[in-house]
Amino acid sequence: MAAPKASRLRQFDGRDRWIALAMAGIPTILHVALVWIPTIASILLSFTDWKGIRFSDINWVGFKNYEQIFTVFQKNFFQALINNSVLLIFLFVGPTALGIGLAYLLDRDIRGTRFFQGIFFTPVVLSLAVVGFMWQSVIYSTENGLATQLFGGGNAVDWIGNQSFLIPFGDDYGVSRNFVAILVAIAWRHTGYIMVLYLAGLKSVDTSLREAAKLDGSNEWQVFRHVVFPSLKPINVVVAVITVIEALRAFDIIYVLNTPRKTEVLSILTTNNLLGEGGGNVGRGSAYATILFVLCFGFVIWYVTNHYRATQEGADS
Amino acid sequence: MSTVAAVAPRRRGRITPGRILLYAFVALTALVWLVPIAGAIFASFRPFADTVRDGFFSWPSSLTLDNYRNAWEQGDIARKYWNTVVILVPALVFTLFFSSMVAFVCSRYSWRFNILLLSIFTAGNLLPQQIIIQPLFQFYNRVELPEWLANSGKLNGSALGLILIHIAFQSGFCTFVLSNYMKLLPKSLNDAARIDGAGAWKQYWQIIMPLTLPAIAALATLEFTWIYNDFFWAVVLEQQGADRPITSSLANLGGEFFTDDNLIAAASMFVALPTLIVYLALQRYFIAGLTIGAEKG
Repeated sequence: MAAPKASRLRQFDGRDRWIALAMAGIPTILHVALVWIPTIASILLSFTDWKGIRFSDINWVGFKNYEQIFTVFQKNFFQALINNSVLLIFLFVGPTALGIGLAYLLDRDIRGTRFFQGIFFTPVVLSLAVVGFMWQSVIYSTENGLATQLFGGGNAVDWIGNQSFLIPFGDDYGVSRNFVAILVAIAWRHTGYIMVLYLAGLKSVDTSLREAAKLDGSNEWQVFRHVVFPSLKPINVVVAVITVIEALRAFDIIYVLNTPRKTEVLSILTTNNLLGEGGGNVGRGSAYATILFVLCFGFVIWYVTNHYRATQEGADS
Repeated sequence: MSTVAAVAPRRRGRITPGRILLYAFVALTALVWLVPIAGAIFASFRPFADTVRDGFFSWPSSLTLDNYRNAWEQGDIARKYWNTVVILVPALVFTLFFSSMVAFVCSRYSWRFNILLLSIFTAGNLLPQQIIIQPLFQFYNRVELPEWLANSGKLNGSALGLILIHIAFQSGFCTFVLSNYMKLLPKSLNDAARIDGAGAWKQYWQIIMPLTLPAIAALATLEFTWIYNDFFWAVVLEQQGADRPITSSLANLGGEFFTDDNLIAAASMFVALPTLIVYLALQRYFIAGLTIGAEKG
């Protein structure tokens, strides 16, 4: 390994070394300055009571922000945690399962498969903000929405405003009806995304392997379960990463619909301590951000080390 | 592929109950999937009074462009489109330029910090944006800009601020994808170029970049949509509603200007249209962009 490395290093001769350094360095400085330094700053600021006015006002307060989150703001925090978790689970059992199913069905020699794929994928190109707007005006409109006309039984239904729990967890927490309405709209957009990823994965599944399993008398489900699904492992990993990150990032649709309480997620709590009534609460906002960071970082590290270890081994062999 | 093509005609001819069920399921699901967009298009061309009187499921007694005209004027859509262009174009160009340079250095040369650098970009791209927003906001608030560059006089509230954060954030994903792609180009290309006396820049610009164009095209399509669809950065870092790009302007259009559903539907169509057009025109690139990231992952 040592010998070829040394010879490759000689490719950086004199001026070239500096050019290569600048080519990699300038983008890296921008990325680190605007993404990683603020990440570290968020963690540090979460232990202060800073209100964002003067630097001299920064006081270290230890875990006070976290303590407050777990006591005074307990209701918002745990509800947000529940909502993020429900979203995560829902994304797996709803859109992901349906996306895999559709990909599997559309991967066959079905007439008009391109056309169907196009239909399922179209919502993916829309922002969740505009999805929220569209669903609000067309599906969830209290008086005239499609959902109201189909399921309202002649009555007006406030789909976006109804914060009563559909699935209560005790008296204070649960999955609210308006959160479920939002979940359905998210599923509409997310399914096509998953479908496209699996369609790409299915292209790489060895067809002869599938045929062989069928000739051996395996039924459709057995072929999928034991031949197709295991060979989709790389895609499964990517989908798992995307799903976890999307569940933690969720923001647009909830913010744009401006729903009453019970639909908040962690990202909304962070932002509420920046904009609006609770604005300028840098310390507490950063504490929410740090919690978000802790929840996702193990996962991110796992994915990145896995990915680059695999490529490193690939390069070495 | 060839086996599939050979088998296909025989299979298609056979009509089995399973096959009918399959078609029925796919067609029905597709129909349900069309409803929100088709419904928005339908509602946007109807006077609101008609919808209220006859219900959503009713044959339209009259069609009108009034909703679009009103949404265009009240929402100041032309200005919002322009705000979007000013941010989107430089952000897109520099994201691709910067990340292709990093990807080039990391994938075509072997040096000590290769993997670390790529890991930093990849991991940075996976962080939820809300993690960094508090310090970023405070930082943007303290960087002063000359009047000609920003009306606000600060990075906060300027187009430049949004351009910079888009480049910084999106270059994570693009560096990841492009380095995976460039790694697959034969190493001998560099050696040959070096013997011809081509320096690092020349190797990047004249040899590797032309070969990377398919990936760049796919990423450009995808990033166009992602940057266009940004809601969060602009909502937080641009407080003046009039200066916001179109997607984020939805945040303040709702309650303020648009009172009836059909008007909202028309406004939604204005916001959705550019991405829908790009998607319909460049579908193949779009999907390639999503899947080159995934397949090699």
